[in-house]
Amino acid sequence: MNGQFTVSIGPHIKAKDSTAGIMWAVVFSLIFTGGAGVFIFGFHSLFIIVVSVISAVLTEAVILALRKQEITIRDGSAVLTGLLLAYNLPPQIPLWLPAAGSFFAIAVGKQVFGGLGHNIFNPALAGRAFLMVSWPVYMTTWQNPRWFPDGISTATPLAALKEVSGGALAFGSRITNPNYLDLFLGNRGGCIGEVCVAALLVGAAFLFWKRYITWHIPLTYIVTVAFLSWVFNGRAGFFTGDALFFTLSGGLILGAFFMATDYVTGPIYPNGKIIFGIGCGLLTFVIRRFAGYPEGVSYAILIMNGAVPVIDRFTRPKWFGWVNAGRVREGR
Amino acid sequence: MVINMSHKFYGGVHPSGFKSLTCNKGIKAFIPKRVVIPLSQHVGAPAQPLVKTGDVVRAGEVIGRASAFISSPVHASISGKVAKIAYCQTPVSARVLAVTIESDEEGRDFEITERKDAVSLPGEEILDIIKESGIVGLGGAAFPTHVKLSPPKGKSIDAVILNCAECEPYLTCDQRLIVENPQEVLKGLGVIVKVLGVNKAYIAIEDNKPEAIRAMESALIRDKGQGSRGKGQGSWAKIVVLKTKYPQGAEKQLIKAVLNRVVPAGGLPMDVGCIVQNVGTAFAVYEAVYLGKPLIERVITITGPCVKEPMNVRVRIGTLLSDLVDFFGGFIKEPKKVIFGGPKMGVAQYTLDVPIIKGSSGVLFFSQEDVRAQKEGPCIRCGKCIEICPMRLAPTSIMNRVKKEDVLESREFGILHCFECGACAYICPAKIPLLDYMKLGKARLDVNKANI
Repeated sequence: MNGQFTVSIGPHIKAKDSTAGIMWAVVFSLIFTGGAGVFIFGFHSLFIIVVSVISAVLTEAVILALRKQEITIRDGSAVLTGLLLAYNLPPQIPLWLPAAGSFFAIAVGKQVFGGLGHNIFNPALAGRAFLMVSWPVYMTTWQNPRWFPDGISTATPLAALKEVSGGALAFGSRITNPNYLDLFLGNRGGCIGEVCVAALLVGAAFLFWKRYITWHIPLTYIVTVAFLSWVFNGRAGFFTGDALFFTLSGGLILGAFFMATDYVTGPIYPNGKIIFGIGCGLLTFVIRRFAGYPEGVSYAILIMNGAVPVIDRFTRPKWFGWVNAGRVREGR
Repeated sequence: MVINMSHKFYGGVHPSGFKSLTCNKGIKAFIPKRVVIPLSQHVGAPAQPLVKTGDVVRAGEVIGRASAFISSPVHASISGKVAKIAYCQTPVSARVLAVTIESDEEGRDFEITERKDAVSLPGEEILDIIKESGIVGLGGAAFPTHVKLSPPKGKSIDAVILNCAECEPYLTCDQRLIVENPQEVLKGLGVIVKVLGVNKAYIAIEDNKPEAIRAMESALIRDKGQGSRGKGQGSWAKIVVLKTKYPQGAEKQLIKAVLNRVVPAGGLPMDVGCIVQNVGTAFAVYEAVYLGKPLIERVITITGPCVKEPMNVRVRIGTLLSDLVDFFGGFIKEPKKVIFGGPKMGVAQYTLDVPIIKGSSGVLFFSQEDVRAQKEGPCIRCGKCIEICPMRLAPTSIMNRVKKEDVLESREFGILHCFECGACAYICPAKIPLLDYMKLGKARLDVNKANI
């Protein structure tokens, strides 16, 4: 029997969670909002999702083969990128658009940097930004829920607000200005995966339960946006803004729980995550309030992605028993 | 008397325990026909051999003399003839001088000489007995106990913690010892408390060992009546029930959990007025002081999915693992990995011909399916390792520095404060062997010491 034993450094047991397991769990958590999106906008959205995912997986496989790497498409990360990109697209665009977007997301957003774990920018959002600058008309034409009288070419609640300008928003007109319940359930125009806040929260709750995401980024992000909207976005001066409206509309919930929390492109230390969340919130507010686009979630996250190396550098934790100014600390 | 409100230490993981394999079985005893006793089983200078080939020794006789202050004597664990004195490998090192004793079949075993006046002995004398009995920390580190019990002047110690956390999965030897010999463990603890001249002892037990907690509780109640440390001192020890978490048994984490004190990085427990002693050590101290018995045997857990009859067994120091195989009934599956210690911090062996030494708390046998190596993937920066590192280090960041061979920066990131509990490598979803990188980084730091 001697000479046949495996020898290695400990630990000799490992936890069950794996990279692929986490990726597929996030994919699972996103099914609810995707289902809601398809229900609200019709079958064309399902085709967009399918094309986007297939394009992402194919691109990943081809590029990994070209790079002579092991083809790891079964780890679910490309599926997740394709899914997230589709969720960030309007529901009636032609199907070549998600195909092109997913190709860009995987090829330029991820593989150019060295593949999984090495990309700086969230690939799905990079793909969306690419589509936004290349085909802005398709990307800003919205569709109402199936059961609305006028189907195509409506505006999202935030876009409608921008047109009215100055933050003055009159509730009442059901088509462009939904009430809170409509916003919560997704009875409004918008991207496929962002409209049904209820379904998004179900998925997010699952990720919290599995401990795959922590409160740091989503909470600080949403609270920052809500607070700034309350202070500055009111019609009747400071501190009169409708915080709930600005939280529920647009892509804030999707972005805060599912995209700003992306492991690879976010900060790694807990303190850094708080800074990241506040930064995303600040930029989202600034873009919504002052810039040319009605919605700023994706650009805010992309810009903060770029700041992650700096954030990490200044938020490195201190170890247990760290001695500072003569006092022994538990850590930082 | 039982405190349930323990404090918390940062981080930690919750692996499955697998303790039910052995935790309800009584401790058995095994006496081998031959033993191989390494002369260095402890931290510090190796012992000097006092016997030569052909000598006849009795169990309990000193065969290796302590050669320095931080050193410990070694005793014959069975009676017989010294067959050879040669280099052998131990579970933790490759080449150590060892004395092989072959039993003379006469059945002469160690004889106990009870010490009636043990309670009234002065502290220095007790310390001497502990030293001469070759007692070292039985939790695994094997640091000579008499050194730990002689804090340098200027360090005031006010509390002793008895470490019954036993946070490693599979191992149950400490738990069984408490369940079966709570009075003796308590008496040993009483001796330690007396040597140090403190008046507070905390018995720290994780909440997954209710039987041990109950046993200790009733022992404490009985002790109040009898007063092992003299009358009127009944409430000198408290049981602290800890929330089960790995690595609770690590000294600094245990002190934080029990007393809410933070040991400074790079410091020792005595810097915050604490001494931590293992259950097995306390029992050995009892045997040495009350029964005049040197450290010639210990309880170890033999377990794992391959073992036919997992058990706790009291074995003589120096028993070869290969001689023990028949005693636990052999294997139901072919073992592929043999680990001395727990599944987290234990050391994998490449042969069964290694002796059980003072610091061996258990032997684990894993089969092929348990050791299936998982492929290392790229770090996805999930931050789990940072979340769970009990020292609040950032293992993945340190790994990146080690990979870049940036020795200085890895030290700046605190690599030297890693005590190698392996929680990071356990939790990593990308299956990165983070502990390997920590060890590699420390080794590089050692090599480069001259250049820094």
